[in-house]
Amino acid sequence: MNPIPPTFPTASTLISGDTSASAMRRVSLWFAVSALLCLAMADLSIVSADPWGELSLMAAGALSPSVWSWPTLATSLANTFAFALQGVTLGAIGGFALALGYRFTLVRALCAFIRSIHELFWALLFIQIAGLSSLTGLLAIAIPYAGTLAKIYGELFEEVDPAPANNLPGLRRKLSDFFYTVLPLAWQPMATYTSYRFECAIRSSAILGFVGLPTIGFHLETALGEGHYSEAAALFYALLLLIGTLRLWLHKRLLPIYLLAVFIYLPPTADISWQLVMRFITEDIVPVPLRGQGFNGETLTHFGHWLHLLWQQQLWPGLINTALLGQIGMVLSGLLALALLPLNSPLFVKGWKRAGGDSILVLLRTLPEYLLAFIGLLILGPSMLPAIVALGIHNGAIIGHLLGRHTEQIRLRADASRGVSLYFYEVLPRVYRQFLAFLFYRWEVILRETAILGILGIATLGFYIDSAFETFRFDRALLLILASAALNIGVDQFARYLRQRLHLKTTPESL
Amino acid sequence: MHTLLLRSLLALTLLISAVSSADSDPVKSQTQAFIFTAIPDQDESHLQARFNKVADYLQRQLGVEVLYIPVKSYAAAVTAFRNNQVQLAWFGGLSGVQARRLVPGSQAIAQGFEDQFFSSYFIAHRSSGLSKSETLPAAMAGKSFTFGSKGSTSGRLMPEYYIRQQLGDSPDKLFSTVGYSGDHSRTIALVQSGAYQIGAVNYQVWESELAAGKIDTSKVSVIWQTPSYPDYQWTVRGDVNAIWGDDFQARLTTALLQMKDPDLLASFPRSAFVSADNHLYQPIVDTAIAIGLIDPNQ
Repeated sequence: MNPIPPTFPTASTLISGDTSASAMRRVSLWFAVSALLCLAMADLSIVSADPWGELSLMAAGALSPSVWSWPTLATSLANTFAFALQGVTLGAIGGFALALGYRFTLVRALCAFIRSIHELFWALLFIQIAGLSSLTGLLAIAIPYAGTLAKIYGELFEEVDPAPANNLPGLRRKLSDFFYTVLPLAWQPMATYTSYRFECAIRSSAILGFVGLPTIGFHLETALGEGHYSEAAALFYALLLLIGTLRLWLHKRLLPIYLLAVFIYLPPTADISWQLVMRFITEDIVPVPLRGQGFNGETLTHFGHWLHLLWQQQLWPGLINTALLGQIGMVLSGLLALALLPLNSPLFVKGWKRAGGDSILVLLRTLPEYLLAFIGLLILGPSMLPAIVALGIHNGAIIGHLLGRHTEQIRLRADASRGVSLYFYEVLPRVYRQFLAFLFYRWEVILRETAILGILGIATLGFYIDSAFETFRFDRALLLILASAALNIGVDQFARYLRQRLHLKTTPESL
Repeated sequence: MHTLLLRSLLALTLLISAVSSADSDPVKSQTQAFIFTAIPDQDESHLQARFNKVADYLQRQLGVEVLYIPVKSYAAAVTAFRNNQVQLAWFGGLSGVQARRLVPGSQAIAQGFEDQFFSSYFIAHRSSGLSKSETLPAAMAGKSFTFGSKGSTSGRLMPEYYIRQQLGDSPDKLFSTVGYSGDHSRTIALVQSGAYQIGAVNYQVWESELAAGKIDTSKVSVIWQTPSYPDYQWTVRGDVNAIWGDDFQARLTTALLQMKDPDLLASFPRSAFVSADNHLYQPIVDTAIAIGLIDPNQ
């Protein structure tokens, strides 16, 4: 055995100031600079209009919620819950299986690929072959969630203390080693994270209503679109109540009962005709110039032309806009998260105040980005600004909530300072590593979410994917989806590299 | 750990049994229900309750079980029609054309009385300085503009056609921003608030919101009306006679044309239905090809 060389900081690293803190400072600075550059390129004009008429209607609606039909409300809430629970369960099983092979690049790429496609687009894909069915709803959640959970589980497995595994005697059996030395150590954070993802799944499930699945989003979107704000308020409050009270009634021990109930209530079925599946694979998604033709020089030229036009008109501008919006949205999310973190931190607020602060964060992250964008559009006019604000508020509230919870682990000295000093001199430095880790995780989510802001006329990749579905050009839709998946995989790889470079703990208990 | 395994096994078993029971019967029996869908151009709320009445009416007239399923968008309606999840649909002009191209043999059988001469309004916020004129004003260039839904005939297709025809360029080159509000009511709200300076909207939705007092005409007004074009229609799949009997399509057409109850008609909202055929919609096909929404060779 070679002696392990001591890892004291050498004189050169000390002189250059190359500590991990300075690396974090540098990365933060680069992100801020890149966001500023993106800002310079983005359209941020503000149109001063008169939004107050519409906003006062919205406010009046928010103050006078009215339920149009209790049975409709009850069934759409039940459907929302059922899709979410089924989706997360199946996603957890699939994610666990994938996580076992997470050290293989190919598996990691597959996971990054399936989670890079927005739930809405998964739903639109499945609608083509399985119709508006309960199976479509289940798969649209389960597949991207399997990709996300695989990543988290996989990284948890990588990060567990290797001591127990290293102390095993010879004759290793990989699987049983894993079950005895890795899984027990990773189990608790896995459970915490999965339960947090369940809240996300309820939001995803609600949003699936936007494309026609019978969840609460179906009615919410209609009510908002037509300006029936009292009804929209009632639906939104019901969704908030469902999410806000999860902790009270979704106990671990009752889970099997709930699971059984949702599978009986909403069995995932669909009339799948193999004819439709075949048509989808052999015709719909085949690029138009290649359809039903022999393969020769001429079709190849047509295909080249088709590809060139698509690149010029949609792929390239879409990539640019998605990256711009994603970058600014991420940095704003980070800033807001740091500002919002005290609302859910026991170091700053206690008791009912913390409950109140947490409620504000639940409210902010449950408000559909789509609604935030609409309000932003009314006030600021059409530009990238409302999209940035919508993405920032939504994701900032999520990261702020998680950071706040993270501060529960911080033990302060009895003579610790308070208020602003406590925040800047003690809490911020101690959570900053975790903050960056959370933010990098959220990066790809933000990119994915740029998809649903077409109302603002921002031509992101998601905007073009949506247009392709609207005109039944599934060949274009698929290519655009692949492009956005490639972007997400690239960002994921880069974030992974940064995390390793900065030695960030890559295993957040929850994200 | 074993509780998780148990749970997982349980869920998997349920899932497999559910899926396997689902695809066992691809060929339906004679007693199959006849299913339709409809997306009206305004007031999309409470569709289920309103269209269940229409389903009841058709069921009485046709003597077979008739069901209504609500869908969320034109695209979803077309997909359901293409996949035979619905056999009859109340489509907009463009979505009907798309559906009939995707399902060879399907027929437009009836349109609304008003749909023979439908039209769109261009509306503008007063800050744009635009006022009512004979043609689309060239001063529209450089301002912000919103369509309705991407697949809408009155909120997208025809307005875009006239923009290109009269102003000689595509919307994204002409305007500073081009949005898709997703909904006619929202287009009005957004232009009235000045968030977008100009918008294009279904004339009927404008008129009914105006009558309901929801529009402040000192803030937003109509600047141009398009020439008329055919819009909403009932389209039926070509294979219905094979399932429900040789005269089914004829009986269905009669039932639709004879729908006189104002309560039923109000759901669409139309005053009556008149007969229609695929050929009537050739102008929509040509327009959609001209602006690149459908491919000519399909």
